[in-house]
Amino acid sequence: MKHTPLYPTHQQLGARLIEFGGWEMPLYYTSILEEHQAVRTAAGLFDVSHLGKIRARGVAALEFLNGVLTNDLRQLPPGRGQYSLLCNERGGMVDDLYACRIDAEEFLLIANASRIGADVLRLEERLAGFARRGGLELSNVSDDFGAVAVQGPKAAAFIDSCFQPGARAATSLRKNEIARFNFSGQPVFVSRTGYTGEDGFEVIAPAQMTEALWNKVLDTGRPFGLKPAGLGARDTLRTEAGYPLYGHELDENTTPLEAGLGFFVALDKGDFTGRSVLAQQKIAGTVKKLAAFKMAGRSAPPRPRYPLWSAGAKPEPIGAVTSGTQSPTLGMGIGLGYVPPQFSAPNTAIGVEIRGKHAPALIVPRPFYRKS
Amino acid sequence: MSANIPGDLRYAKSHEWIRVNGDTADIGISDHAQHELTDVVFVELPAVGRKLKAGESCAVVESVKTASDIYAPVSGEVVAVNPRLAQHPGLVNSAPYGDGWFFKIKLADPAELDRLLSPENYLKQIAP
Repeated sequence: MKHTPLYPTHQQLGARLIEFGGWEMPLYYTSILEEHQAVRTAAGLFDVSHLGKIRARGVAALEFLNGVLTNDLRQLPPGRGQYSLLCNERGGMVDDLYACRIDAEEFLLIANASRIGADVLRLEERLAGFARRGGLELSNVSDDFGAVAVQGPKAAAFIDSCFQPGARAATSLRKNEIARFNFSGQPVFVSRTGYTGEDGFEVIAPAQMTEALWNKVLDTGRPFGLKPAGLGARDTLRTEAGYPLYGHELDENTTPLEAGLGFFVALDKGDFTGRSVLAQQKIAGTVKKLAAFKMAGRSAPPRPRYPLWSAGAKPEPIGAVTSGTQSPTLGMGIGLGYVPPQFSAPNTAIGVEIRGKHAPALIVPRPFYRKS
Repeated sequence: MSANIPGDLRYAKSHEWIRVNGDTADIGISDHAQHELTDVVFVELPAVGRKLKAGESCAVVESVKTASDIYAPVSGEVVAVNPRLAQHPGLVNSAPYGDGWFFKIKLADPAELDRLLSPENYLKQIAP
């Protein structure tokens, strides 16, 4: 299994470690519920070093990326990131990622750890046939950088003290902005982004600086209630926020339109991989649609792969749960799953099959939780 | 491995404990088991009146990460279930041998208790 630069730190903190996409990562340090709670009320510190980082640099970088990602990079000024999808020719999602524009001609893609190989393969294939390939350089720099995420309402109270004073403070970043900051004499990237539904910051640092960065953030944040948080809490938090996870809601056989991500597909920007299929699907409609649901009343939590059924006298199978959990914040079972569009309207009653019985549930709008 | 194993209980290989009081007994899961499960969020208990056979799957513990079956350590009729677990499933984690108990049975055959593990043997099982 692969280890991030923070592996010794996780061991020292007594984390319960699990295998995740080929990486040995902390599931929790004290408890999933405690760490989830810390993020919602104070702040949590996550090791996200396993994420993919792919750099595209050069005069043709924008044109190349805009021809292969769904969102419109022309809209992106230097110092900003945008959520985007990398699709195949059928409009199916190869990965969901953040495309950050560091400079006019430098982009950094932050991708799922489990998809780095698939992303690099697809980008290199595309590059081989790209007429202006001499105008850019593509590199997989995933192992050169570590990263941490600081997430929660108190993050802004202490994050500035983690960096050396400079022209701007980290808290001056607006949502989705990214900039270079000075940490211990080295440049690091800080973005105001996250995966929990709370305010927060993600910091990308040279791999050898990651441990010092983690320690500095933890020491600075502890008096504000900052706690280390693992993948268990990361999953319950993102589910409450209604965010998809690759391998659950997103895969190569599902389009962004089916996943409710049409906002991030710029059909009018010009051609990109999968565009013609997506344009057609936008007109014709989709046969499946991602919906969010809440269990109606006391019930065991919904879990991935549990079948979904229509309600009423003659229940029919309509899909399956893709993500599900007992929501720590809401105190009830919540989940996501694909259903035919006619079952996807809020307030539609459905059944979640749990151990042979159909537990009643209700389609609801996303997100389940919004920060105050 | 959690080595909190009270000496007055007996244990099943599947990590249930049993505390005998005359002809009835309380049943729950061990500290080791709750630690492995992580935070318990829901417990499905058997109906009062249900007759259980030793080894029969009779309850389900749902943690944040996973669902686990609970097995009757001995045969008997369910005479009571823990009314607090519905609102406070976390008691299974915080008090596995006390307030986190699952259900009470009337023993059908006390001789079955001899087939269960002593505290020493349960320790050997979880920490070989």
